[in-house]
Amino acid sequence: MARYEIYVTYKKGIFDPPGATAERALVNLGYEGVHEVKIGKYIRLEADADLAAVSEMCDKLLANPVTEDYRIETVEE
Amino acid sequence: MRFGVVIFPGSNCEQDVIRATRYLGYESEYIWHGDTDLSGFDAIVLPGGFSYGDYIRCGAVARFSPVMAEVVRFAEAGGPVLGICNGFQILTEAHLLPGALLRNRGLKFICKPVTLRVEESVCQWVDLPAGTLRTIPINHNEGNYVCDAETLSALNANGQIVLRYVEQDGSTSPGGSAPNGALDDIAGICNERGNVFGLMPHPERVVDPLVGGTDGQPFFTSIVGRLAEVAS
Repeated sequence: MARYEIYVTYKKGIFDPPGATAERALVNLGYEGVHEVKIGKYIRLEADADLAAVSEMCDKLLANPVTEDYRIETVEE
Repeated sequence: MRFGVVIFPGSNCEQDVIRATRYLGYESEYIWHGDTDLSGFDAIVLPGGFSYGDYIRCGAVARFSPVMAEVVRFAEAGGPVLGICNGFQILTEAHLLPGALLRNRGLKFICKPVTLRVEESVCQWVDLPAGTLRTIPINHNEGNYVCDAETLSALNANGQIVLRYVEQDGSTSPGGSAPNGALDDIAGICNERGNVFGLMPHPERVVDPLVGGTDGQPFFTSIVGRLAEVAS
């Protein structure tokens, strides 16, 4: 069995309302050095599946290729 | 004329659609999401709600329901399919309509009547003249329509933009008139053929003068007229 960590984020140019709100809030709290916040999803997957199969899972269900990019990391035991 | 209204686990506007279509004098029946037989239906409606809890993304799980393979086949054969709110989100996830619906720009769930302008389009579900204004409620958290620039110009060029959000007087605000931040104020689009139509507002809630008005009626009567024309 393999373990994967998947990060799903909005594609460049897609507005991320929670990220933009967090960014404004941090600046309002006095963290003036904050330039950009992007909020995405973290998915942990354990499966008898190779990387190609996990990519397919992302394309089909876990991410929407129209608006999101994803990155898969294999977790070494 | 027989409408079929699909119920997914978490749908919550299916009764409104059944009631609206029956109020207008049509036959209308529920279709369970596990069903795979659409024979006997002239038009399919995917209603609003929170199918599968909107987990992962709105419509992402519903699109793999057994019934959806049949809905795709029905649409590809030219059958009329209407997606309202969550139904619109399911149609984009199923790739029957381009683009996607993201979280409202202001992060708030919005529930209020909005003014919509009917655009010149190829949509078979709408026969109102371009420029007509209609007041119909919206009720959503993810109605912020997006697509890439290439898709947007194709939508404009092919007459696939059916409804836009406007101000009450029909004008457009320079900063955009969509309460949810939707690209180009888009409230509803159709496919190239015009038989598949998705919109965020809820026309089924405004068909009876006793409860809210009749601005939503044409979104059900137009397709019936169109199908009768084709049949004759």
